[in-house]
Amino acid sequence: MRFAVVVFPGSNCDHDAYHAVKHVLGAEAAFVWHKDTDLAGADVVILPGGFSHGDYLRTGAIARFSPVMASVAAFAAAGGPVIGICNGFQILLEAGMLPGAMLRNRGLKFLCEHVHLRVERTDTPFTALCSEGQVLRLPIAHGDGNYYAAPAVLAALEAEGRVIFRYAGPDGRVSDAGNPNGSLNNIAGICNEARNVVGLMPHPERACEAALGSADGLVVFRSVVASLAGKGALRAVAREA
Amino acid sequence: MIDLALLERHGLTRDEYDRIVRTLGRAPNETELGIFSVMWSEHCSYKSSKVHLRRLPTRGPRVLQGPGENAGAVDIGDGLAAVFKIESHNHPSFIEPYQGAATGVGGIIRDIFTMGARPVALLNSLRFGPLDRPLTRRILEGVVAGIGGYGNSIGIPTIGGEVAFEPGYAGNPLVNVLCLGIARRDALVKGRAAGEGNPVYYVGAGTGRDGIHGATMASAEFDERSAEKRPAVQVGDPFMEKLLLEACLELMKTDALVGVQDMGAAGLTCSTSEMAARGGAGMEIDVALVPQRESGMTPYEIMLSESQERMLLVVKAGREAEVARIFEKWDLHAVKIGVVTGGGLLRVKDQGEDVAVAPTAALVDEAPVYERPMQEPAYLREVQALEPAMLTDARPPEAAFLALLETPAIASKRWIYRQYDHMVRTNTIVLAGMGAGVVRVKGTTRALAVSVDGNGRYGYLDPERGAMLAVAEAARNVACAGAVPIGATNCLNFGNPERPEIMWQFARAVDGITAACTALGIPITGGNVSLYNETDGRPIDPTPVLGVVGLIEHAERALGRVFRAAGSAIVLLGENFGELGGSEYLKTVQGLVRGRPPRLDLARARALQGLVAALAADGLIQSAHDCSDGGFAVALAECAFDSGGVGAVVDVAGASLEAPYDLAAATLFGESASRVIVSVDPAQLEATLACAAAAGVPARAIGETGGAHLIMAVDGVVAIDCALAEAERRWATGLDRFFAGRAA
Repeated sequence: MRFAVVVFPGSNCDHDAYHAVKHVLGAEAAFVWHKDTDLAGADVVILPGGFSHGDYLRTGAIARFSPVMASVAAFAAAGGPVIGICNGFQILLEAGMLPGAMLRNRGLKFLCEHVHLRVERTDTPFTALCSEGQVLRLPIAHGDGNYYAAPAVLAALEAEGRVIFRYAGPDGRVSDAGNPNGSLNNIAGICNEARNVVGLMPHPERACEAALGSADGLVVFRSVVASLAGKGALRAVAREA
Repeated sequence: MIDLALLERHGLTRDEYDRIVRTLGRAPNETELGIFSVMWSEHCSYKSSKVHLRRLPTRGPRVLQGPGENAGAVDIGDGLAAVFKIESHNHPSFIEPYQGAATGVGGIIRDIFTMGARPVALLNSLRFGPLDRPLTRRILEGVVAGIGGYGNSIGIPTIGGEVAFEPGYAGNPLVNVLCLGIARRDALVKGRAAGEGNPVYYVGAGTGRDGIHGATMASAEFDERSAEKRPAVQVGDPFMEKLLLEACLELMKTDALVGVQDMGAAGLTCSTSEMAARGGAGMEIDVALVPQRESGMTPYEIMLSESQERMLLVVKAGREAEVARIFEKWDLHAVKIGVVTGGGLLRVKDQGEDVAVAPTAALVDEAPVYERPMQEPAYLREVQALEPAMLTDARPPEAAFLALLETPAIASKRWIYRQYDHMVRTNTIVLAGMGAGVVRVKGTTRALAVSVDGNGRYGYLDPERGAMLAVAEAARNVACAGAVPIGATNCLNFGNPERPEIMWQFARAVDGITAACTALGIPITGGNVSLYNETDGRPIDPTPVLGVVGLIEHAERALGRVFRAAGSAIVLLGENFGELGGSEYLKTVQGLVRGRPPRLDLARARALQGLVAALAADGLIQSAHDCSDGGFAVALAECAFDSGGVGAVVDVAGASLEAPYDLAAATLFGESASRVIVSVDPAQLEATLACAAAAGVPARAIGETGGAHLIMAVDGVVAIDCALAEAERRWATGLDRFFAGRAA
């Protein structure tokens, strides 16, 4: 099992994602430079967090033009699992691989703190080992995480069950109090129609070890390993978890 | 034509000018005058502080690099070094808070990675005027946004810090930033030029007219015309610096590099002359080759610009292609602007014509050194007098306690630190606000704890004792995280050194740091002096800020301040003398800034610091928190806050009073030094007390954790019985309330 971690100029969670999948999860991992088009034989692609191109112009707006993105799009079109975390999610939005856009947080300030997410769907490769309604405690660290989509798009996302994670309270109840940034419908993460491309603002890679305050994020990476290993293997990994 | 007005604009005295003429053997031209003026400015030359700084202890078995390089370095085992330094950006942060603070962060990060270290953590120490003034809120919001804007973007976690609010900083805020990096100890890079004929490269942002004479600005007082100096503040580009950081670290993995220095204060002038002087070499550059982002710049402007995110590199001749390949990967252009020469001259050309020639040694090492006159300030004796009769507010301890919890100096700093990415790089194992900042060192079992501390009120009341207490508090804080202090960096913020009273404060503070660091075994590996912190003739409180780095052998033993569970024993280490002088209680409750700060017995401080680190390393204690601002009562409350509702019931012995103060107030709110509250599994209580006895540290089990209240008795008489939820609400919203009705 091999993860590719794409490095854009200004990526700064690239090492964290690499550490989580390689040293905590025990999978293979490789960095892929944004000017490259070869995904190094990856089974999973991670677009990590950070400030690609300084977030100048608009978050993710310049990174979507990097040569690597055509390869990522082709990989996704072929059914390969892709996850965009924070800035990676913003890049997927700009690239049109996921719908919607990010606005400034409603408080107009960058926020870094742990939040609670409710897992809405387990039928994506990145949530396969979760249970529906499971609450994950993960950190956020963003200034532009206020998810917006036009009403028709939002309705379609909801109708098609493509909202994967919602901001919630510790008890899993979805309310405005648990919404750190003003995202519509408390949306923290979504997937594409084929369900193999997932974007989320919180950072699962920062929550893979108890020493860091939470290990709840590991299930996201375990899930994709299990999904790719097939259903039989999925149950084995689940028991191990 | 060089006249007195021109000299004044350059911040040079007539004597200094004559000295330049003697050095050169002729009158300088205007470019040379500019070069000398920035190199001999207080900011670059330390001309007023040098004679005092020599007293600081800078040696120790772990010290790999002391003062004099871009940053200090200490050995942390496993072939690794911790590289760290603190620096101020006070003046720019007043004029333009966001960019002033942001470029302060950018500058200190460059100092760390030029040493060959990967920056892994940032901390800051901030001082502002009272929060009820709109100007303070504007400056605070700008500074916090600027620190976050730079650190978050470049991806270095801001893991801790401190902030205080006093009237003396209303017109002159302090922004001190510390950066910590990790390097292989055998791969530390120096800021030196060597090897005649080796090429000199310029890399990074283009040079503009921003920041010309920034170093001179930082060497003068402020007045109502300071806003006109806005062009002297630089604008930061964290993305450019991220590229420089990655490219430089990649280049340093090769052996093509001879030396590197960032262009900080005094820009190209300082980096060329310092690198050459350190290597005992000369350097020749042509300003026409320097990438410029404005047209028509003169050699004078190019040499003095403080545009950000620029680096100067000396590379081994013949390795140019390798260098070009790495920088091109990161879309950066490294431009050869000159060569290293023999002979010790800085020669600046413009399209081949000499425009400035000066000996590098004269610029760097032969700057004037002043033994400025000193005099004890007249105010001191008056303000040091404290009589019980002066304490007229008779409110009961519980009311005083709640007032203290919500005062901005003590209240939760969450409003600030949640704006900083404090988790990126996934090393932060004690999160912001939960104790000293602690980052693990991946690939080893170890972790590093860092704390920055200072107390301007203590400094005002007794500069020497205030400085000693700052060292001791920073050391105690890292010890509370379970670390052994191994090195320190200092940022000395003072007023105008040309006043004998200020110079006296400065000298006494250096004495205090020297005494404390020597006794506690903590070498100073570098730092920064910021003078002329005055506005309209009003100096700031003398504010030495200490950053102490500590080593934790087993990262999993790192501790925070917060109680882990109900039913633990609470032990108070150290002794309470009920000292109220200079305390937060006197200020907030009694409206007094008076008395002498608490005494500091350095032998006891050392014993306590060693004991706490050992108790943590042995896994005997569950949490540790030092008693500082607000005394025991506030410290105990802080152990309960963020614990998820674990209260405490304690009974402490009344302090032995030096004068007939209210016993409960003095016991609960006095700020006697060298005290730490630890929580202990009851099964380990006996062993903990035995360790304390063996270390010669007074220790007493004073109660236990649990319950929904904070109950504190003094000699068996309950003085405070307060619902934890209410106390925590006051504390948690103490800062937010000043920004209420505005964006959360």
